[in-house]
Amino acid sequence: MYSDKVMDHFTNPRNVGEIENADGVGQVGNAKCGDIMKMYLKIEDGIIVDAKFKTFGCGAAVATSSMATELIKGKTIKEAEMITNKAVLEALDGLPPAKVHCSVLAEEAIAAALQDYRARNGMETDYVGCSGCCGGCNRTSHHDENGEA
Amino acid sequence: MQKPVIYLDHAATTYVKPEVFEAMKPYFVEEYGNASSLYSVGRSNRKAVEEARATIARCLGANEPGEIYFTGSGTEADNWAIKGSVLAARKKGGKHIITSAIEHPAIMETCKFLKKEGFDVTYLPVDSEGFVDPADVEKAIRPDTIIVSIMYANNEIGTIQPIKAIGEITKKHGVLFHCDAVQAAGSIPIDVKDLGVDMLSISGHKFYGPKGIGALYIRKGVRLENLIHGGHQERGKRPGTENVPGIIGMAKALELAVADMEQYTGKIRQLRDKAMNLIMERIPHVKLNGPVENRLPGNLNISFRFIEGESLLLMLDMKGIKASSGSACSSGSLDPSHVLMAIGLSHEIAHGSLRMSFGDHNTEGEVDYLVDSLEEIVTRLRSMSPLYEDFIKANK
Repeated sequence: MYSDKVMDHFTNPRNVGEIENADGVGQVGNAKCGDIMKMYLKIEDGIIVDAKFKTFGCGAAVATSSMATELIKGKTIKEAEMITNKAVLEALDGLPPAKVHCSVLAEEAIAAALQDYRARNGMETDYVGCSGCCGGCNRTSHHDENGEA
Repeated sequence: MQKPVIYLDHAATTYVKPEVFEAMKPYFVEEYGNASSLYSVGRSNRKAVEEARATIARCLGANEPGEIYFTGSGTEADNWAIKGSVLAARKKGGKHIITSAIEHPAIMETCKFLKKEGFDVTYLPVDSEGFVDPADVEKAIRPDTIIVSIMYANNEIGTIQPIKAIGEITKKHGVLFHCDAVQAAGSIPIDVKDLGVDMLSISGHKFYGPKGIGALYIRKGVRLENLIHGGHQERGKRPGTENVPGIIGMAKALELAVADMEQYTGKIRQLRDKAMNLIMERIPHVKLNGPVENRLPGNLNISFRFIEGESLLLMLDMKGIKASSGSACSSGSLDPSHVLMAIGLSHEIAHGSLRMSFGDHNTEGEVDYLVDSLEEIVTRLRSMSPLYEDFIKANK
């Protein structure tokens, strides 16, 4: 059901944990959906120098969290903002259609952590967050209507 | 080192017992005739099918073999019992079906379909252990009630329903009573007359028989419309060439299960209880789903707080342990198991459920390995869980 890459990131997730005194923390999803992702960022001079996560969720939720942290590490805030769920999907060699919403959640977690960073630093933002389980992210993503990347 | 395979999903399906397979074998290659044919190979098939019917009737306590009808699955038997009786009763003004909130999808989806077709359906609630209150059945009965369908034992949490008490009520009110005994057959004694059921479904592959074969007991005098139309097989009530090897296999499996029931259930109950006690003892923040008493002997369902069931299943699978979960993620839908929601679990706790169903090949050593593995995996998943982090911080 899952690609080898997904299984690899599920069994050996990268960047699990918390960052003490993180510069930005974002949490998305809720227990009703069965997925909660919390992302911690360390940001220096506009560059994401470290990213960690904690996730309550299925194999795909853990793998997308892990991949998302890998993708944003070392990137500028601007670059990290450009990372969509599709990029996470592609990096994982795809997900089953019913699991695509996990990649959306990963994108949302990055956005939420960056929003927190901006808010702490008094920066303007046009971020519209994921406020919980609207059901909209089930099966197909906000960004990729075809489901599997 | 070769990874062990520890199969703890006997409620999903069982292997075929060697004796059962041996009994089936001749009917594939040698005795392949059509049981409806007049020549000798057909006639010997007919005889074998009728003997199997008599065996099943005897194992279920039916009055006569003619009350047993073979179907392609337990699901078909469930569909037929409900659709067949409501279609037959519709002409007389019946339009109401009573069932419970924790039935198998074979019943739930059938009722959903019939509701769309204009029938009324009442889903009786269950208590926190999954029991239906017979008094609720009586209260729900209306003048236009056609049928009550309540499962004997629940497939997820093992709750054994008070079928006999419900049977007395349906009899008193003159409504039909169907019982889905797919999980019960082979694990608890069944006597259709004592239970007071009008119809009862079983499925071969849940008690070490083959897949693709089921049966519906229909008490003599109960009228059902056909689900399938065609030839004269099963006295014209369930046409289609008989699955002779399947029928022979299911009968053999049920016969063995009934003969060996005390020893078998004693063994799996002991393994289940050992697993339950060790898990409760060694892993904190767990919850037993379903009752302690009046529970299927091989069923164990436990929720592990702060973690999600699919992750747990995947990690168990990597250790060779095959189990099942009521988490939404394993079913491809957004909501967790309707059974776990009906017994009042929160979404979070329902998502963290694990069903282990024990069978005759499992050993004490496997239970020890299971509990060791669970302890390790649950600890690991909790260390990754934001919910656990919140819990720890809140309790500091």
